[in-house]
Amino acid sequence: MRRIDKRLTFWKMITTQSSQIRSNRELIIEAGRSERQYWKDLWNYRELFYFLAWRDILVRYKQTAIGIAWAILRPFLTMLVLTIIFGKLARFPSGSAPYPILVFAAMLPWQFFANSLTECSNSLIGNAGLISKVYFPRLVIPTSSVIVSFVDFLLSGVILLGLMAWYNFWPTWRVLVLPFLILISFGAAMGAGLWISAMNVKYRDFRYIVPFLVQFGLYISPVGFASSVVPEKWRLLYSINPMVGVIDGFRWALLSKDVVFYVPGFILSMSLVAFLFFGGIWYFRKTERTFADVI
Amino acid sequence: MSDTVIQADNIGKKYRIAHQTHRDYIALRDVITEKAKTLSRRFLTPLNNRKSNSPLEDFWALKNISFDIKQGECIGIIGHNGAGKSTLLKILSRITEPTTGRIRIKGLVGSLLEVGTGFHPELTGRENIFLNGAILGMSKSEIKKKFDEIVDFAEVEKFLDTPVKRFSSGMYVRLAFAIAAHLDMGILLVDEILAVGDLSFQEKCLGKMEDFSKGGRTVLFVSHNMTAIRSLCKNVYCLYKGQIVNSGPADEIASDYLKTQHAGLKDSSCIEERNHEAIKNLSFYFSRVEIQNTKGEPADIFKYDETLVMIVSLSGEPLLNTYGVSYHMYNNLGQLVSVGASGAYHNIYFNKNTKKIKIKIGPFNLTSGGYIISLLCWHGEGPTAILADNWEHACSFTIRESQPFRPGRDISFKEGTCIIQQSFSAAE
Repeated sequence: MRRIDKRLTFWKMITTQSSQIRSNRELIIEAGRSERQYWKDLWNYRELFYFLAWRDILVRYKQTAIGIAWAILRPFLTMLVLTIIFGKLARFPSGSAPYPILVFAAMLPWQFFANSLTECSNSLIGNAGLISKVYFPRLVIPTSSVIVSFVDFLLSGVILLGLMAWYNFWPTWRVLVLPFLILISFGAAMGAGLWISAMNVKYRDFRYIVPFLVQFGLYISPVGFASSVVPEKWRLLYSINPMVGVIDGFRWALLSKDVVFYVPGFILSMSLVAFLFFGGIWYFRKTERTFADVI
Repeated sequence: MSDTVIQADNIGKKYRIAHQTHRDYIALRDVITEKAKTLSRRFLTPLNNRKSNSPLEDFWALKNISFDIKQGECIGIIGHNGAGKSTLLKILSRITEPTTGRIRIKGLVGSLLEVGTGFHPELTGRENIFLNGAILGMSKSEIKKKFDEIVDFAEVEKFLDTPVKRFSSGMYVRLAFAIAAHLDMGILLVDEILAVGDLSFQEKCLGKMEDFSKGGRTVLFVSHNMTAIRSLCKNVYCLYKGQIVNSGPADEIASDYLKTQHAGLKDSSCIEERNHEAIKNLSFYFSRVEIQNTKGEPADIFKYDETLVMIVSLSGEPLLNTYGVSYHMYNNLGQLVSVGASGAYHNIYFNKNTKKIKIKIGPFNLTSGGYIISLLCWHGEGPTAILADNWEHACSFTIRESQPFRPGRDISFKEGTCIIQQSFSAAE
């Protein structure tokens, strides 16, 4: 009896706690209604977004011996391998820039894209518990995965600075375009991430597809070599890979003047990025309402 | 404006359930083959009805649900497993969308469908407070303001910087509770969380509660625990197969519900036959159970000190030469009251050719209310026996007139599960 009593008092405490009914906003729930409140909600839940990203970053390197250094070590080692294979053994041309810098300027956006894809693909499944128990705009989850990859991107940026200092190789005014290019790579990563994460909820096949995509992508994107290696007549076709435009943009901004900008390819890549991004949002929004039922 | 905070109008939720596949997600391969099949079928037999042998079937988890809830009300929702209670809460908290209908909600909704949602085992207690708070809908400044209170409340100061994976389960639950208890929303949706938390923690709650002033908070509470429902909620909705079948004052509805649960569930018969769905994959199983009184008459109502006799029939072939039988007895609150086992307790095993067994239970000494018995049978003997069948809710019976000490003073579930002889007198 006493035990029950105590439970009840706890209960009463929950129910009668000094609650300010904070807002008088009225909410209407209806099939297909969520659209109108969605973007406002996204803003309301910005703190959750921040906390999820913060959680993922914290958790990522917990209980690892060298911690955050992994974020720097991984791209650095990849760069070494690519430089040795493409630069030293295959002797691809690098223009006036040192080969490591040529590779690294491309690896920055590529790693960002690849990491985002990998992180996003499992993000919704990994948070299945949250999705089936709490409401929030689901867009928050893959977006925070992209943000986590972006933090890695910034850390890798430090290596690039280090390399540039080492080779005493400094960029020109073009570097001012870089923020714009980062925005574009953000769009590409986000768009692809949204597609993959939403599809993965329904078709778990995608968790096997993504590692493949990432592995192939490293070789079919101009990461280890300059895209000028590709014969002129194939350039436009090659630019169907949206990362080609992004990577070329990065090289154009960071390396010296001899990088020629291939405009038609860039435009094609950019329109594909735009398609990926807006299509991704559209598809995600379309399937989002059933996540809790399917996951 | 009236003070109605939740107004639900004809809500329904439809799920599609698959009959053939037992997978809980769809593989792309299946979609492709299925599409190819239907496509080829359409070409080959263009006149056929396309949807004819689709393995999907519509299932309405909720249908025609309408209600109004006023500010400050505490509403209980009861019903059997699968009646749609949790689906209703999920719709109200916007986790999933209704298929039909419309709900208007005034004010912020906090949902506690689970304690400790989103806790990350690798993060420390401190980090989890912020994370979980944000997940439940608190702002960062709000959490900061209440942080000390939460920590105090959960009694985990010393372990704040320890990853919660190293917490004891008690600490874990206390911390999760503490965060939930500091949620400051006008409307709270709660799904059976009172079931956890240890005694000393609740003692703490007792001391703390005086600090809180009264507020007009609205609560929807889903539970199987009728005692809790009765004391907390003024009004109760009873769901059955996705529809509200009964609503009104808590006491009335809860006792109606208990009655239907042990009487109406299976038409109050003393003989239960096993349905065919449940046994089609079993080699050895219970097929029938009959409950009687000691005179051999069918009965399902007993006095507190009577004895019950179960005649159990089994079918199929046991894997070994002998088999054992056991039972679990639960009361309507779902608490395990008693266990019986032929082998473990009595070293009695039955020959494989014996197909009818008599189990005598009692004299009981039970408090009044409904009881449910589950039956289990085992291939072989001793600790290596293999479970052959587990017939849950095989039969039920009711104890009436638990008046061992004073006529007219009934002792029910609220006052314990069993009755133990007692005497009071002045000591020397």
